[in-house]
Amino acid sequence: MKALIGLISGLIFGIGLTVSQMVDPQKVINFLDVFGTWDPSLAFVMGGALIVFGLGHWFIIRPKQKAVLGDNIPTISDAGIDKPLLVGASIFGIGWGLSGVCPGPAVANFSSLNPAMLAFIFFMIIGLKLGKLTKERLAAAR
Amino acid sequence: MTEFTQISALIGGGLIGLSALILMLMIGRVAGCSGILTESLSFSKSANSERAWRLSFIVGLVLGPVLTANISGFTLPQGDQFSWTIAVLGGLVVGIGAAIGNGCTSGHGICGMGRFSKRSIVATLTFMVTAFVTVFVTNHL
Repeated sequence: MKALIGLISGLIFGIGLTVSQMVDPQKVINFLDVFGTWDPSLAFVMGGALIVFGLGHWFIIRPKQKAVLGDNIPTISDAGIDKPLLVGASIFGIGWGLSGVCPGPAVANFSSLNPAMLAFIFFMIIGLKLGKLTKERLAAAR
Repeated sequence: MTEFTQISALIGGGLIGLSALILMLMIGRVAGCSGILTESLSFSKSANSERAWRLSFIVGLVLGPVLTANISGFTLPQGDQFSWTIAVLGGLVVGIGAAIGNGCTSGHGICGMGRFSKRSIVATLTFMVTAFVTVFVTNHL
């Protein structure tokens, strides 16, 4: 049942990324290029997602003790603003700006079987693993 | 140059929000793509019991665009999107950053910000700023 919900959620996510054209790296780069050929579409993607998730969370999820299938609802981290968060987000933004691709759209582009896109996905997974190892090492050293 | 497509952007965005809402409402999980991808390939005991929903989310994420292309005019971009250098470098940097910063556009930008998480709001503003600066540098300097 959990896997079915995962599948449905992933499907809708992938449809949303395609309809919004966030799967197109050029669309993302043009959104980030405020002083060039600026295309504000991405702000509407974020806005649409935040309206639906934000309102849905506020009115449907927040009043609930448990998720529908009985699992706990994840709490919001109270770890505060630490260095890994700031450094990691900064690095992530650089990669996003260079390529116009973030993890969701990267995976959504898989079926195009474009060699450069497949390479991006492969190296992103290596990066994710390297980053996770680094974070764990840093946490253990502290 | 890409066209400003506010209507499809808003509808597509709304669907992404709906997807995140369903995942959290039904099974109490965060629709953060970097986390789902990393943990689906993790072999710790806690990751094993979570693998099924994560892998099926990924399958859905791959099939969603295929389905969309079959029933509408919206398709994946065709042909090369970037050079091999950007593919390798961009992929590595995106992955390392998302892992160290604990999330990407979906986890921080939607699920975190949508719940007013202070960490996610700071993370999203941070990666937006470095992304804007990076594009300014690569396109205008």
